[in-house]
Amino acid sequence: MPEAIQKDTLIGKRITKLDAPEKAGGKTRYIQDLDVQGQLYGKILRSSRVHAKIKSIDTSAAKALSGVHAVITAADVPYQRPIGVAKDHFPLKTDRVRSLRDEIAAVAAESEAIAEAALKLIRVEYEDLPVLADPNESLKPGAPLIHPEPHGATAKHDHLKQAQGIAYAGKPDNIAMVFDYAQGDVAAGERESDVVFEDTFHLHYVTHCCMGVSGIIAEFDSSGNLLMYSNTQVPFLHKREFAEILAMDPARIRIIQPPIGGGFGSKLDIYPFEPITVFLARATGRPVKLIFTREEEFLASPTRQPVILTLRSGCKKDGTLTFRTVSTLHDNGAYTSWGATTPFVMMQTISSLYRVPHCLYHTKAVYTNNPYAGSFRGYGNLQATFAVEQHMDMMAEAIGMDPLAFRLKNAQDPGEVTPQGMHFKSCGLKECLTTAAEASGFLAKAGANRANRDKPGRFKHGIGIASMLHVGGGAKIYPSDGCGTILKMDDFGSVTLITGASEIGQGSETVLAQLVCEELGLPLSAVRVINNDTEITPWDVGVHASRTTFIAGNSAIGAAKKARGKILAAAGKMADLNPDELDLRGGHIVEAKSGKVVMTLAKLLRQLHFSDKAELVMTSFYYEPPSKHQDKHFKGDVSAAYAWATQVVEVEVDTDTGIVRLLKVTGAHDVGRVLNRLGIEGQIEGGIVMGQGYALTEELLVENGVVRNPGFRDYKLVTAPEIPEMDVRFIETMDGEGPQGAKGVGEAPAICIAAATANAIENATGVRIMALPFTPEKVYRALKAKGQHH
Amino acid sequence: MSQQTIDFTLNGVPTRVSVPVQMSALEMIRNVAGLTGTKYGCGEGECGACTILLDGVSLNSCLLFAVECDGRAVTTIEGLAADPVGLRIEKAFVDAGAVQCGFCTPGMVMQAKQLLEQNPHPSREEIQRGIEGNLCRCTGYVKIVDAIEAASKE
Repeated sequence: MPEAIQKDTLIGKRITKLDAPEKAGGKTRYIQDLDVQGQLYGKILRSSRVHAKIKSIDTSAAKALSGVHAVITAADVPYQRPIGVAKDHFPLKTDRVRSLRDEIAAVAAESEAIAEAALKLIRVEYEDLPVLADPNESLKPGAPLIHPEPHGATAKHDHLKQAQGIAYAGKPDNIAMVFDYAQGDVAAGERESDVVFEDTFHLHYVTHCCMGVSGIIAEFDSSGNLLMYSNTQVPFLHKREFAEILAMDPARIRIIQPPIGGGFGSKLDIYPFEPITVFLARATGRPVKLIFTREEEFLASPTRQPVILTLRSGCKKDGTLTFRTVSTLHDNGAYTSWGATTPFVMMQTISSLYRVPHCLYHTKAVYTNNPYAGSFRGYGNLQATFAVEQHMDMMAEAIGMDPLAFRLKNAQDPGEVTPQGMHFKSCGLKECLTTAAEASGFLAKAGANRANRDKPGRFKHGIGIASMLHVGGGAKIYPSDGCGTILKMDDFGSVTLITGASEIGQGSETVLAQLVCEELGLPLSAVRVINNDTEITPWDVGVHASRTTFIAGNSAIGAAKKARGKILAAAGKMADLNPDELDLRGGHIVEAKSGKVVMTLAKLLRQLHFSDKAELVMTSFYYEPPSKHQDKHFKGDVSAAYAWATQVVEVEVDTDTGIVRLLKVTGAHDVGRVLNRLGIEGQIEGGIVMGQGYALTEELLVENGVVRNPGFRDYKLVTAPEIPEMDVRFIETMDGEGPQGAKGVGEAPAICIAAATANAIENATGVRIMALPFTPEKVYRALKAKGQHH
Repeated sequence: MSQQTIDFTLNGVPTRVSVPVQMSALEMIRNVAGLTGTKYGCGEGECGACTILLDGVSLNSCLLFAVECDGRAVTTIEGLAADPVGLRIEKAFVDAGAVQCGFCTPGMVMQAKQLLEQNPHPSREEIQRGIEGNLCRCTGYVKIVDAIEAASKE
């Protein structure tokens, strides 16, 4: 036993991930790697038509195939209820298909090969309907309806559903959702403006491309309890939703989350394959495992929502912003998932990234026969920032102000409450702007590039700046933003941390363990984290909205503080010392001032358990601090803290080919406080490259409802040789409510890259491109068009 | 379906299996031999998650027929536990923060092993080129390159 231990901290250190050794050694079992004794293999027959009536389905030959245990269609599950945000989506389609991914039938068989063979034996007769592939077409009077009032067989189902309290009533038009927000008087703002711009920006389809494809295993026990091995990011809310879809008691549903091969928002909703697998398990009485192929992953996973965004903004000659008017058209796809609700985030950037007195915001999310849009890291913010930050550059240029000074003039300060009601208790935007600009030499390079752009030479360099605002302290999209922790201490000086928060690779279990260690003076090796079983872990609203470190972190700290109090009180009593003068360090109880060791924690715990009433199981819940929830006009404070960032992007444009290379990204991120330096660097570097893919290489090509590139051969993720040099700076604003001062960071780094790249291309070439991605063809054509204007 | 019996060494262990002739080495490794460290990412040789070593040379096991392993030496991520270079790479991945969701990691480690066998002291650019056939969606590759560089310097 050491004589004395001095105070040390884990905060801000480079902490390796708890789950990394298993993963690096190939020992981690993802959903694909799990098998349950007696399991069957599920496969789904998807539509071969984009929009059609289902005239008939003949499954007889498939049912007769040896090794096939069940073939099901909507007719076999009359109890199925619609899924999704708007409850407009039956897992198995009833009378019509609305997109090429649509599920018509499903098979459970003894092998994947048999299941696939059975799918080929199912005969479907279709009657084609007109295809709506453009949201503008969907809005035209007389456009065919994608969700008409149900009749016939569906109406019968509908009757059942209404009896059960869930209506699937169809839609009188193709509008899935509408969002309106207003502050001030934009007409008055426009009258005060010296400069006004109006432009339309086009944002494209991209998809998550999690390296681990989607999958699920479902099984029922003899009492009818359902166990799902699932990759969901929201296990507790999904229990309730699954219960509704499956018409069963939510308390009978248990969800175990094996390690997840990438999330990025893709696993925030329930998708048809999940209830379908449960239907198969029900039909066969056997566990059923269903794993996507990569092609299926491209065809049948959600996308980031394509948006047509028209932005009108103005400012005065002195650089003061006056107003913004925004109208967006979201391509919802055939069904409504979270993608339709992204305007909720977009309007925050429009109204509150910079000070704007007058704002008017309108969105229509419109049904088409395209793939449907879900939630994806950034949640609409990449699209909004792309438009806003290009207009910031354009206005700065028009009034002859440098783009940095223009942004600084309009940037938010700590303490600000915006007209939308967001309260920025900590805000490092100005520091982000100056730090990123100085570190990159932004102003000097921008000037030099501009001076160089009309000179001869094939390769042009450009530099661009953009900033972002995103929730960083949870998001009050549900009535509560809670997360629970159970912390138990047995008798070996170790801790089991049982948390409601899910690990999706982002490193939450490591950072939570670290926060607990900080309170209890333990090495990281003394903590085990349990975070993946709804029967064990306490309630939580899921891993989304960059909330986990903030919400689950505060929850874990709460439990650890309780344990600390109990331990120190007991130690004080045992050693006849004042608990206030004791501390926990390195697995020991020490005197706080001198560091002198009093006893080992292990010994104390053992004694406590053998004495009576030790009760070393702490529980704690963290709910966001009280604040004004958003009202129906979207006014209110949506997060306990807000994250800020500025990114400066440097590019090289090959004017002969249109190829844009990302040379360097300099980022300054207000993260509140760095908890795990290794983890936060990884989040930011990964986010930057995801943003790079969005800006330059990735596009899900959808033509008339058909995905043309469902594979990595033609859907281009960024590869290792293409990444830019990165210089990432952390702005530590020490948020008062954050765990150890930290704020959320998961989504932030992906958000401004496309906007900053657009500004950099303009700096290099004088050409502003308002549509993504910046493929060589698009850039080449834009350069050529400019040349022709000369 | 026509079956064929093949003999090969799997991570140094003499192995005999009977496989359908059209089965990929990836399926054989995962579903017949039961080693799940080698991952299915795309099935068309584009992502590198299924990288193995065949007679010491890295390749995408999804593009290799199982029967082509006959008479040869197959090394998977599990086999690196007995390989000092492999262990060094794995540890470097952990220490450098090169692992997030971890799904691409076994393939990356296998590719790194091949790279360091061929070029024990690669530059960062050579490392980036060396792993260009391996996709990662989480890390942005920076820390993977850091890890391989660190492993090369030990």
